[in-house]
Amino acid sequence: MIAFYEFFVRFLPDMLKGAGITVLLTAEGLSAGFILGLLASLARVYGNKFIRGLAVGYIELFRGTPLLMQLFIIYYGLPGLGITFSREWCAFLALGLNSGAYQAEYLRGSLLAIGDGQMMAGRSIGMSRAKTIWHIILPQALRLAIPAWSNEPVSLLKSTAVVFLIAVPELMAKAKSIAAQTYDPIGTYLAVALVYLAMVYLLDAFLRWVERTTRIPGFEMEGRKA
Amino acid sequence: MTNPILETRNLTKIYGQNVIFKDINLKVNEGETIVIIGPSGTGKSTLLRCINLLTSNDGGQVFLDDKEITAKGHNADEVRQQIGMVFQNFLLFNHLTALDNVMIGLTKVKKMPKDKAKEKAMEELNRVGLADRADHYPGQLSGGQQQRVAIARALAMDPRVMLFDEPTSALDPELIGEVLGVMAKLAKDRMTMLVVTHEMGFAREVADRIVFMEKGSIVEEGSPDDLFYHPKHDRTREFLWKITELYGKKEKEKGAVE
Amino acid sequence: MLRSPAPTLYPMLSNFFSYIVQGTAITIGVTLVALPFGLLLGLLMALVHTYGGKIPNRLAAIYSLLLRGVPPIVLLFILYFILSGKVINLTPFWAGSLSLGIVSSAYQMEILRGALLAVGGGQMTAARAIGMSRLQAIQTIVLPQALRLAIPPWSNEASIVLKDSSLVYALGVPEILRRAQQLSATTQQPFLAYGIAALIYFVLVFATNRALDYLSERTKLPTHP
Repeated sequence: MIAFYEFFVRFLPDMLKGAGITVLLTAEGLSAGFILGLLASLARVYGNKFIRGLAVGYIELFRGTPLLMQLFIIYYGLPGLGITFSREWCAFLALGLNSGAYQAEYLRGSLLAIGDGQMMAGRSIGMSRAKTIWHIILPQALRLAIPAWSNEPVSLLKSTAVVFLIAVPELMAKAKSIAAQTYDPIGTYLAVALVYLAMVYLLDAFLRWVERTTRIPGFEMEGRKA
Repeated sequence: MTNPILETRNLTKIYGQNVIFKDINLKVNEGETIVIIGPSGTGKSTLLRCINLLTSNDGGQVFLDDKEITAKGHNADEVRQQIGMVFQNFLLFNHLTALDNVMIGLTKVKKMPKDKAKEKAMEELNRVGLADRADHYPGQLSGGQQQRVAIARALAMDPRVMLFDEPTSALDPELIGEVLGVMAKLAKDRMTMLVVTHEMGFAREVADRIVFMEKGSIVEEGSPDDLFYHPKHDRTREFLWKITELYGKKEKEKGAVE
Repeated sequence: MLRSPAPTLYPMLSNFFSYIVQGTAITIGVTLVALPFGLLLGLLMALVHTYGGKIPNRLAAIYSLLLRGVPPIVLLFILYFILSGKVINLTPFWAGSLSLGIVSSAYQMEILRGALLAVGGGQMTAARAIGMSRLQAIQTIVLPQALRLAIPPWSNEASIVLKDSSLVYALGVPEILRRAQQLSATTQQPFLAYGIAALIYFVLVFATNRALDYLSERTKLPTHP
C-alpha cells in the first residue's frame, strides 16, 4: 500500500502531463474527424457520383486498415515523398483521418434516417436543398446520431495510446519511461490503466449528460406519436 | 373570362416501364376547390408532386399565373413558396416547436425579421386553432394537431395554391374531423385548393369540382352533383358506389361533416 | 521524389511481396488465435452475466467495464508481461495473441449479450415449459438463435481484431507492419512498403467481411414470405 502511494506521489505529475497530451490529442482528433466525417457523410448521401466515390474511397481506406499502419505511413512513409510533419502533427493527422472515417458512418446512418420526408417538407416551403440540409436535416440528424456517435470519443481516447510508438509524449509514452525507472512494468502499466479508466469514465459521464440535454421532447429513434 | 390560376398541359410521368400518368390536362381557377379521387396507386400523389416541382415530369407543362413553371431555368424553390403542400404524414420538422415550424419558412426563406415572422406565425396557428400549442414539439402533439400545424406552416408562406396529398389518411378516425374542418374553412375563404383524398363527405360538401382519375388519366370531372348523381362513365359510378357505401356508413355514424 | 524504378523493379517487387506475405501469415495467425479465444471467453462471460446470479452478473459486468475502458495496447502490455514472465512463459506471438483474445472477449461479451437479449426470455420460458433444463435450453434453443443474430456485429469485431493484430508490432512480433517497416528501412521505399501493407490489410478485412456476410446469409432463418 505504501509503495503504491509512493509510486503515485512520485509519478502522478508525470502521468498527468501525459494524460493532458492524451486529452489534447483526443479533442483534436475528434474535432478534425467530425469535420471530415460530416463532409464525407454529406458527400455520400447528397453528392454526385464522383464526390460520392471520393467519400467512399476515403471511408473504406481508413476503416479497412489499422490506425497504427496509417500512423506509420504518415510518419515514415510520407517523408519518402518529400512530405515531413512533426510527430505531433503526424499523430493528429492519423487520428483525425481515422476518426473521420468512422464518424462518417455514424452520421450517414442518421442522415438516411432523417432524410427523405424532411427533405420533401423543407423543399415544399421553398427551401433549397442546401438550406434544407443545413436548417432541417442536420439539426435533427446530429441529435439523432449522438447515442451511437458517443462511442467515438471514448474509442478515440483509447486509440491515442498507440502514438507513443512515434514518441509522442502522451500517457502511454510516460508509462514506458516510468516502467523503465521502476523496473516494474506490470505495476506501472496497471497504474496507467487506472488513469485511462478514470478518463474514460469521466468522458462517458459527460457524453451521457450531453445526450440528456439535447434530447428533443417526444422525438427518439423509435416511438413517435401520430 | 380570366385564365386559370393553375394549369397543367399534357403532363406525363413515367417511372421505368410504368406510365404513372399521361397527358393530364387540368385547369384550376382561382378560389376553386378541386378534389381528386380515384383508386390508390393511380398517380394522384405523384401528380401533386409534379405540380409543385418536387418531382420532375417526363412531358408536358405546368403553368402558374400564366407563367410556365416547368420551363428550364425557372427557379423551383421560388415556385414552392407560391404552391403550398400538405403531406399525408405531416412531415413537421421534429426538432422545432409548432411555432418555429411555421416561422422557419418566413425567417429563412422569406427573410422576414423575427418579430414580424412570429406575429404572422401566431396568426396562422390561430387560424388552425392551435395558438395554445405554439411551444409544443411535434412529438407532443396528436396526429390531427400535427397536421393542422403542417397546414399553418404551408399557409404562412401565403401561397397562391394549396395542395393536399391525402391529408387525413394517416389519422385516427376521430382526429379526421378537426383537419377537414380547417380545410373546409380555407375553402370557404376562397383559397385555391387541390385535394387528393378518399373523404367523400368532404368532396361532396366542399369541392367546387371533382376529378376522377384512374390508371393514369382523368376519366371524368364535374361538379359534385354531376359526378355523384349523374356520372357519365360506368367506372366513375362503380368507384363512387363502392366508396360511398363504405363512407356513407361512416357518415351516418359521425353525423354530417362540419 | 521516389527514385526512378531500376531495371530490377520486378524482382525487387516480388521480394518485397514475399517478405510481407510472410508477415501476412503471422497476422492471420494472431487473428486466428485471438478471435476464437475471445469468442469462447466472451461467450462464457455473456452466459455468466445473463444467466448467473447476482454476484456472477456483477463480476461479469466489472470484467467488461475494465477491459473495455482501457486502451487495448495498455492491456496488451500488462497481459504480455504477465504471460511471458516467470510463471507462464509464452513467446511474444502467443502472449500477444492470447492477450488480444482476452481484450476482444470483453467486446464479444457485449455483442453476445445483446444477441441473447434480442432472443428474449420468452424462448427460455417456452423451452423450460416442455421440461428442458436451463443448460439444455441455452444449448439447443437460445444459442442457435443468438449466434445467428450476433453475426453482423461480430463481423465488425472480427475486422477490429484483424486490425488490432498490428499492435503486436510493439511486442516485436514479425507481422505485416513490422515487416513493412523493416522493408521500408532497407529499401528506402517507405511508401511502397507501407502501401503494400495497406493493400494486404484491406484485402484481408474485405475478405473477412464478405465471408461473414455469406455466413449470415446461409444461416438466416426463413421469414414470412
